[in-house]
Amino acid sequence: MKIDRRCFLSLGIGGAAGIALSPLPWKLADDSAIWTQMWPWTPVPADGEVTYVKSACTLCPGGCGISVRKVGNRAVKIEGIEGHPVNDGGICPLGLSGLQLLYGPTRVKSPLKRTGERGEGKWEKISWEEAITEVSKKLGDLRGKGESDSVACISGSDKGTVPALFKRFMSVFGSPNFMRMPSIQDSYEIANNVSMGFIAQSGFDLEKADFVLSFGSGLIEGWGSPVRMIRANSSWRKAGVKVVQVEPRLSNTAAKSDKWIPVNPGTEYALALGLAHVIIRESLYRKDFVQAGALGFIRFRDLILSSYSPESVEKITGVKKETIESLAADFAKSERPIAICGRGQGKAQSSLGELLAVQALNALAGNIGREGGVFAVNDPAYIAWPAYQADETAAAGIKKERIDGAGSVKYGFAKSLTNRFAGAVNSGAPVSLLFVLESNPLYSLPDTKAVKDAFKKIPFIVSFSSFMDDTALNSDIILPNHVYLERYEDVPATAGLSKPVVSLARPVVSPQFNTKHAGDVIILIAKEMGSPVADAFPWDDYQACLEGTAGDKWKILNEEGFSSDPAFTAQVVNTFPGKFDISGGIPDFTILFASVSHEGDPKAYPLFLMPYDSFRIASGYIGDPPFVIKTVEDTVLKGKDILVEINPATAKANGLSAGSYATLKTPKGSARVKINLFEGIMPGLVAMPRGLGHTAYDNYLAGKGINVNELIGTVEDPASGLDAAWGIRANLIKA
Amino acid sequence: MSKPDDKTTGISADTDSTEAEVSSAGGIAKGQGDEVGGFVILFFIIGFVASLIIGWVVFPKLLYSQKTQPIDFNHALHLEAVSDGCESCHIFRDDGTFAGVPGNAQCSDCHQEVQGDSPEEKKFVEEYVAKEREVPWLIYSKQPDCVFFSHAAHVKKAKMECVTCHGPIGESTSLKVYEENRLTGYSRDIWGKNIAGVKRETWDRMKMDDCAECHEKAAGKKSSVQTDKEACFVCHK
Ligand code: SF4
Repeated sequence: MKIDRRCFLSLGIGGAAGIALSPLPWKLADDSAIWTQMWPWTPVPADGEVTYVKSACTLCPGGCGISVRKVGNRAVKIEGIEGHPVNDGGICPLGLSGLQLLYGPTRVKSPLKRTGERGEGKWEKISWEEAITEVSKKLGDLRGKGESDSVACISGSDKGTVPALFKRFMSVFGSPNFMRMPSIQDSYEIANNVSMGFIAQSGFDLEKADFVLSFGSGLIEGWGSPVRMIRANSSWRKAGVKVVQVEPRLSNTAAKSDKWIPVNPGTEYALALGLAHVIIRESLYRKDFVQAGALGFIRFRDLILSSYSPESVEKITGVKKETIESLAADFAKSERPIAICGRGQGKAQSSLGELLAVQALNALAGNIGREGGVFAVNDPAYIAWPAYQADETAAAGIKKERIDGAGSVKYGFAKSLTNRFAGAVNSGAPVSLLFVLESNPLYSLPDTKAVKDAFKKIPFIVSFSSFMDDTALNSDIILPNHVYLERYEDVPATAGLSKPVVSLARPVVSPQFNTKHAGDVIILIAKEMGSPVADAFPWDDYQACLEGTAGDKWKILNEEGFSSDPAFTAQVVNTFPGKFDISGGIPDFTILFASVSHEGDPKAYPLFLMPYDSFRIASGYIGDPPFVIKTVEDTVLKGKDILVEINPATAKANGLSAGSYATLKTPKGSARVKINLFEGIMPGLVAMPRGLGHTAYDNYLAGKGINVNELIGTVEDPASGLDAAWGIRANLIKA
Repeated sequence: MSKPDDKTTGISADTDSTEAEVSSAGGIAKGQGDEVGGFVILFFIIGFVASLIIGWVVFPKLLYSQKTQPIDFNHALHLEAVSDGCESCHIFRDDGTFAGVPGNAQCSDCHQEVQGDSPEEKKFVEEYVAKEREVPWLIYSKQPDCVFFSHAAHVKKAKMECVTCHGPIGESTSLKVYEENRLTGYSRDIWGKNIAGVKRETWDRMKMDDCAECHEKAAGKKSSVQTDKEACFVCHK
C-alpha cells in the first residue's frame, strides 16, 4: 500500500470541487468588491441630520454667498445661495473646494514663533498671550524710538471691517503704510481720480450691456467676480449680445467670444485710441457727455486725430485698419456698449494710458454712470467709526511719505501702489516691521527675487495667515486667523459690481484649531499698547465691533446673508454728463500713451513671456486646493513639469517640439519648462500660467510647476507709478 | 580529457539513472493499480468533504466576528409604550429625510432619569445620557455609502411596511448578536444569515438583487426617469 502523487492530486481536485460547491468563492468575490469601498482613505461623510449655514466666500474678491451643508458638526458641502445678488446659486471650483482648506493639512494650528532660519520651517508653539505681548512690545519699542512709520501692513483687501481695523491701527499708531495687494482696481481708481477728480472703484453693469468689448479681460476666466461673470456670459449668449475679445492669445474667453482680435501684446491702448479716432472722426460720440470737459477733450481729440489713425494703429497693434473701422462703428452704434480692461483675472495692474484709452471709449459712448455702462463706486459706506485722538507721534507718522509713494507729489493720484513696495525697500526705505494680512505677497508679487530681498531687509514679519503659505513660511511669527468658515466677517463684494453687495461670513463650524480672529488680534494688540492706540479701539472684541458697525443691518445680514441696500453698501457716484475729463490735468499725453519699454537685450531675449490666468488655478492668497489642482489640464501641468504655450512657428525657429524640455530665460531668472504647441498664440510669445510653483502648502500644490512671478518684473508707468508690465523679454533654449 | 567530453559523459550518466527510475516506478504501478485507484478516490472524497466543511461551516465562522450591542434594547417594550409605531422613534426629519437610529436627544425625553429597574436602562442613562455621549449602536441594516436609499419614497410614498425589509424586529425583547463581516465591516444581515444566500422571507437579505426583485415586481423594468429602465443611478448616485 502506497500513497502516491496522484492521491494528493486527487485530494486537491476534490478540495477544489468542494470549495466550488460551497458559497466561499462567490461570497468572497462579493465581499472583496465591497471591501474596495471600505478603504480607510475613501472619504465617507458622516450620516446624520443635515443643516445649512448661510455664509459668504472670501477665497477671491468675488464675494459670493454660500450655503454650507453640515451633517452634525461636520461641514460636508459648499453650495451657492439661490437668490444671492452676486452668484444666485452658482459657485466656482475654488469656492466648492473650500472645505479642503478648512480641514486640510496646511492650516497653521496655533501661534508659532520662528526658531530656525527664516524659511527653514522650524517653529515653536507659543500661547496667544505670549504672541500678542511679543508683537506689542516690538511695536511699542519702534513707536518709542519715533519710528512708527517704519511699520507697514500688506493686506489682501482694503474693504470691510477687518482691513479697516488694521488701517485704523496703522494710523493711530503713526504709520501711513497700509497697503493692499495690487490689482486692476488700482488702475481703475487712478483713472477715475484723473478723469473725474475723485478716488472710486469702477463697477460694470455688464448684464445690461448690448456690446462687450474686452481688452484682454478673462471674462469667463475669473475676471471681476467670477461666478457673476460666468452668468453674465450665459445671459449674453441668450440675448445675442456681441462679445469682442482683444488679446494676443486665444484664451477660453477669446474662444467663446463672437470675435477674437489678436493684438500685439501691450498695444491694447493704441487699439482703443484707434477706435476713438474713428468714433470722433465719424462724429459717432455723445457730444453732451464729453464736451463740457472742453479743454481736456479738445487736447485728446487733437492728439488722436493726428496720431492714431487706423493706418498708424495698424502698424502698432497689427490689427487691420478695416477691422478697426468696422469695430469702432459697431461699438459706437450699439445702444449700450461697454469697454473693459484688466488682463486675465485682473490680478495685475495696467498702465494709466491703457485705462484712460479704454475709459475714453466708454465716455465717447456716453455710458459712464448709465444703465449697461460703467459706474464709479465709492468705498462701502457702513464703516463709519468715531474719530480717534491722534497723539504727536501718530500725527507726525501719518504725514510721512508712504513707502510705496502713493499720494506723494509724484504719485499723487494713487491710493496704494504695493507694486512699488519691494523696489522701495530694496533701495533703502526703512521697514522694521511688516504685518501680512490675508495675502501672500512673497508669492504673488512680480519679481520674486526682489520681493525676497526686500523681505530679508525687514527685521520682523508678522503673518496672520491661516495657512502655511509661502509668506507665512518666511515670517518670524504667525498669528493664525480663523479660516472664513470659522468666523464672522463682513464681505463687501467689490470686484467690478455696479451694485455693491455686502455679505456676512458666519462661522459654519467652530474653530478647528487654536486660532484667533485677526480682528480680535489687532484689537488685543492695540489694547496691550495702551493709550492712545488702545483708545481708538473702544470695542470689547471684534464681534462687538462688527455688530456695532452693521447697526440695524445686523439682523438682515444674519437672516438674509447679505444686504444690497445702497445706503448701507456703497454709494454709486453720479457721473454727470460732461464730468468726465480725459486729460484730467495730465499735462503730457506722450508719457501716457506709450508702449512699455522692456528691460533686457532683444538679441539675447528675442521672445516675450506673458503670464496668463486660468479658471482652474487660484493665484491669489489662496492656492489651489487638491480638488482644483486635479482639474488642471495635462497641457498646463504634467506631473511636476509646467508647460508653456508657444506657436509652432516659434517652436520651429527655436528647434523645439511638442513635449520637449527647454530652458526659459528672462532677465529675472530662468526655469526648466516643457513645450506645448498652440496655434492660438502669436508667434514670438511664450505664455505661462499664474498660480503654480508654490514653495509652501501641501504636497498637492508645493513644487508643482514654476511661479511665473520669479521670471517677470515690474515696469513702472511714468504717468502713474502703476506696474505697466504685461510680460518680459525671454528666450527659450532647447534643454 | 577535454572539457566537452566531460560534459558528454555527465549527461549520458544522468540519462541512464532517470531511465532506471522510471522503469522501476512503472513496475510498482503495474503491480498495485487497483489499490492506488481506491486511494485516489478516497483522497478525492477527503478533499471534497473537507473543503465543503470549510466552505459551509468554517468559512462563515471565520468571516464574521461576533459583537454585542452596547445596550441591550428591548423593542417590544418600547413599541407598547409609544403611539405611532416604529416612526415614534425612527423618525422622519422635517426635511423628509429619515433619521435612522434615534440619538440621545430623542431618548432623553423619557430617559433623563432612570425609570425602571432594568440594568440596561441604568447603564444607558448613566453611561450615555448623563455623560452626553451618543450610543455607538451597531446597525444591522447599514448599507455602503454608494447606495442612495430614500426611506421617504418607500415608506411614505409606496406605503411599504418597515417589516418588509427589516423583519419583525419590533417584536424582539433583546438585540441579537451583531455579526460583522471582517472584510467589509457590514453586518451579516445584508448578505443574510444563510451563507448560501437563500432567503425565505423578504427581510432575510438586503443585497442589491433583493431591491431589484421587488422593484421589478412593482414597477416592471421601468422605474428610472432618466432611461425609462431600472437604472444604476436610481440608487448609486
Ligand atoms: S468666485 Fe470667488 S467668491 Fe465666488 S465662490 Fe468662487 S472663490 Fe468664492
